[in-house]
Amino acid sequence: MDSMSMTGPKIIFEIPILGGITVTETIVNFWWIILGVLVLSKILTHKMEKIPRKKTQIIAEKIVMTIDNLVIETMGERCKQFVPYILALFTSSILGTLVSLLGMRSVTADINTTASWAIITFCMIHYNGVKHKGLGHVKSLAEPMAFMFPLNLISELTLPFSLALRHFGNVIGGTILMSIIYAALSSATMAVFNIGIPFLQIGIPAIMSLYFDLFSGAIQAFIFCMLTMVFVSNAVEE
Amino acid sequence: MEKAILLAASAIGAGIAVLGGIGTGAGQGYAAGKAAEATGRQPEAQGVILKTMIVGAAVAETSAIYGLFIALMLLLFNPLLSLL
Repeated sequence: MDSMSMTGPKIIFEIPILGGITVTETIVNFWWIILGVLVLSKILTHKMEKIPRKKTQIIAEKIVMTIDNLVIETMGERCKQFVPYILALFTSSILGTLVSLLGMRSVTADINTTASWAIITFCMIHYNGVKHKGLGHVKSLAEPMAFMFPLNLISELTLPFSLALRHFGNVIGGTILMSIIYAALSSATMAVFNIGIPFLQIGIPAIMSLYFDLFSGAIQAFIFCMLTMVFVSNAVEE
Repeated sequence: MEKAILLAASAIGAGIAVLGGIGTGAGQGYAAGKAAEATGRQPEAQGVILKTMIVGAAVAETSAIYGLFIALMLLLFNPLLSLL
């Protein structure tokens, strides 16, 4: 069963500073995503006009307005400055999961990626909380009663862990299941037809991939953004 | 011998860890049932109900994901093996 080995992301090369920083497959794939998004946004916003006539500009406006409406709906009118962050998070999350359809390793199947997003969200929640409420933000931890402080503190500190692990766990679970399905189909062809070419692998995994890659990836991207919005707007709210 | 016992115990532990999914399954099913009820009562609020349900179900899923994570850790990169 050599096709079933699960490994972490491959190390592509190493930067020889600070004791060697390893650049893994995840980072290289993410560079491709950044490049793709850059080119795409350049194409979509090429020669914009006040009254859009080109399809590309209409598509771009549609994407931006969808996220705009979502943010305003969940966070309120005064949290409009978070739209770029949410859109960036959503785009990189969904494309990061969907690169697995191109045969690359999912960027989100690496805990470092999701953990870094979760840490950014965590810092944003508390920065905005302190900015809008001052000391009241710290005081809100001691509610409803003072002895609840340690419990509330723990629940605040586990937030980045749960955010990161939820996304990572869902994606890695899907990835492992897909590799199990591939391996099972390959040995099934061997056992039933006794042919070295695993032709049962054609088609059947595509249906599974529809759920484990497309659906799960989209839902997790949405949930990550939704939770970020909910927590940030809770922190900002008076 | 020690290694065999450790590996067997890790496999059993991984199996027990994913049992955390039981509660999550029940909870998510309950959430979905309530959402169906709410949609039946107020069909025009379907979008909001769906969004709320998905976020709630995702939060409930965390405990199952923790269990899955422990199971994967025991099976794929067992940290206990280095203690032998």
